[in-house]
Amino acid sequence: MAFQQIKLYQTGTFVAGNRLLDPEQRSVQARTGRSNSLTSGHRACRGCGEALGARYVLDAAMRATDGNLVAVNSTGCLEVFSTPYPESSWQLPWLHSLFGNGPAVAAGVAAALRAQGREDIRVVGQAGDGGTVDIGFGTLSGMFERNDDVLFVCYDNEGYMNTGVQRSGATPPAATTANTKALGGTPGNVFGQGKSVPLIAMAHEIPYVATATVAELRDLEYKVEKAMTFRGARYLHVFVPCPLGWGAASADTVKLARLAKETGLFPVFEAEAGTVTEVSKIRRQVPVEDYLRPQKRFAHLFGDQPRPDVVARLQARADRNIARFGLLPEGDE
Amino acid sequence: MLRQVEGSQAVARAVTLCRPQVIAAYPISPQTHIVESLSDRVRTGELTSCEYLMVESEFGAMSACIGASGAGARTYTATSSQGLLFMAEALFNASGLGLPIVMTVANRAIGAPINIWNDHSDAMSMRDSGWIQLFAESNQEAVDLHVQAYRLAESLSVPVMVCMDGFVLTHAFEEVDLPSQEQVDAFVPPLVPQQLLDPADPVTIGAMVGPEAFAEVKYLMHVKQMAALDEIPVIAEDFLRAFGRASGGLLKPYRVEDAETVVVALGSVLGTVEEVVDAMRDDGLSVGALGITCFRPWPVAEVREALGRAKRVVVVEKAFAVGAGGIVGQNVRDATRNLPVDVYDVVAGLGGRPITRASLRRLLDDVVAARVDASRLHFLDLDVELVQRELERARHGARPGPHAENMLRDIGTVASGAYE
Ligand SMILES: Cc1ncc(C[n+]2csc(CCOP(=O)(O)OP(=O)(O)O)c2C)c(N)n1
Ligand code: SF4
Ligand SMILES: [Mg+2]
Repeated sequence: MAFQQIKLYQTGTFVAGNRLLDPEQRSVQARTGRSNSLTSGHRACRGCGEALGARYVLDAAMRATDGNLVAVNSTGCLEVFSTPYPESSWQLPWLHSLFGNGPAVAAGVAAALRAQGREDIRVVGQAGDGGTVDIGFGTLSGMFERNDDVLFVCYDNEGYMNTGVQRSGATPPAATTANTKALGGTPGNVFGQGKSVPLIAMAHEIPYVATATVAELRDLEYKVEKAMTFRGARYLHVFVPCPLGWGAASADTVKLARLAKETGLFPVFEAEAGTVTEVSKIRRQVPVEDYLRPQKRFAHLFGDQPRPDVVARLQARADRNIARFGLLPEGDE
Repeated sequence: MLRQVEGSQAVARAVTLCRPQVIAAYPISPQTHIVESLSDRVRTGELTSCEYLMVESEFGAMSACIGASGAGARTYTATSSQGLLFMAEALFNASGLGLPIVMTVANRAIGAPINIWNDHSDAMSMRDSGWIQLFAESNQEAVDLHVQAYRLAESLSVPVMVCMDGFVLTHAFEEVDLPSQEQVDAFVPPLVPQQLLDPADPVTIGAMVGPEAFAEVKYLMHVKQMAALDEIPVIAEDFLRAFGRASGGLLKPYRVEDAETVVVALGSVLGTVEEVVDAMRDDGLSVGALGITCFRPWPVAEVREALGRAKRVVVVEKAFAVGAGGIVGQNVRDATRNLPVDVYDVVAGLGGRPITRASLRRLLDDVVAARVDASRLHFLDLDVELVQRELERARHGARPGPHAENMLRDIGTVASGAYE
């Protein structure tokens, strides 16, 4: 008789969906009552980090609000793969308006709910990195300034994936995209450009800012739930690998997210009212090369004419993050 | 209640009476007095249960209205000129989603050259945005149109733009009959949203639609605008009954029945036009006027009916399609297709230039005397010599410089630096 071997995960880890835990300790995704806000059948690529992130974020927010949630979405992969007419993967009230206005639309929803005395209904706005750090940046800053009661989530896949993988203000240096190819003397995206919106969000002194990755899904759920305990503007920046845009294996999404954190390239932290309160330490530090090599967007650094100088500059970025945020455990620094 | 009041204050009061629940606005002259006044009214509690959002841009203003309207709130914003263009993308979105947002446009020219004064270039640039566009002739009508606009927007679930001439109306003090709260409450029932972001009954608003149904969804926008052509006169009649005042409707015919020459115009210039019509009538000339209150949807049958007996139609408009011709003129020509009538496109009053009775009279005398070529685009009071001199300068030298500076210096305007 054929049988399938069932692999039991260790308890006490952060592994997602751990059904061996007490019901109260289980992740939102492991609960029978999860809302499946972004339900199956959508058209994201295999291994899409954004789909994974959105699913966890919204289900956690739904649980935190007892289902009293409205989602606003900017244009981008998430919007497109979830709503090709006449199908919709959304099982919560969901509004998509434009690419650059998600934060303002979400602010409008929150204002309407307040005016109608329905502050029990909460609002999540969500966008890709393009919709957040570039074209939506003005409306995002306005929403932060007014301290509107919105949790805004950026799913950062480091590029404009929906339009065919172009550079965004969150694309890392040296990465190739459709408009930063490995051509000319400085291949890939330029060093010294782009910006950290989590840090800019902190400069607005909003109640809560956090970063997370889809490698640590319990941490992501925790941060969403925590964000929902605050009123006012909150910002969550989630690192979501894109197998298609990065030229990575679909099976490597979670691994790459973990490596981004473990190299120090993507600092994972929380901040309240403009001050960092928690930092997720690197558990096992790895050189940036381990993260870069599996991705075709960095292949030009390791080809016929390898560029150890560029890899070193990327390592320096990671090292700077490590020093700046104190990412290494005590004693390792 | 009759009150001597600034147009902007009157409109702010009218909007207050309509009980908007979310106002999101960004300042731009000449809209500022309206939104400042609304901010005061929210702060003092005259307007209760209303959230006033100080947004970072007009794009943010319209976007916040989109979100608020989707969440079932009655919404309001106001803008002008550059601000209207800055929200362009969101305008098409609001209408495509079918959200009943009401907006005042304090009409102003569009730069470059930057100019804060009145014309209709802003509203006309958005004529195909899917918004209903109503033009007020006076501050009284501006007040009345806002009250009617909420009823119209919410009955059809379409956004409505109430256009009033910047400065000419917004900053003019005149006597206005402001309705009472009870009257407005009776006329504008509470909003019953046709689509709602409701956790108890989740819907997806703003889904992606491909070739299989896009045309049909867009067609529905057209259907609604056609329905507005029926609805607007009904609302105007109801308004007359409730408030004892004729306001709104599609068109405003003035001594047009037997007129051989009819002037078509929009907005506050109609008062001047009517005076010229009266003077010419006194001189035994057969002249009338047709005011367009509702420009979008375009009341093609009603315009055709009103102009059916005219020989000459002179469209005086405060905007034009650069490189093509008149905008309202094109629509009038469409409405009078195959009728034995000549349509004259006359661009007038750009960037705040006054449209005087004398100029209009000269124009109409020329038209009646067949001294004007109907196949050409005309510019009222254009300083042809100034243009010629600049064209001449532009022919010489590799870098003749910016037109605006050159022409201001030429006419000796202080701002040009000619005083140096
Ligand atoms: C005003 C405007 N400019 C450009 C576009 C085209 N566009 C749609 S989605 C997109 C990129 C989306 O990138 P991002 O926000 O990072 O989301 P992703 O698809 O990567 O998840 C672009 C450029 C648009 N829809 N609207
Ligand atoms: S392109 Fe990237 S972000 Fe878009 S659906 Fe595919 S994996 Fe997800
Ligand atoms: Mg992206």
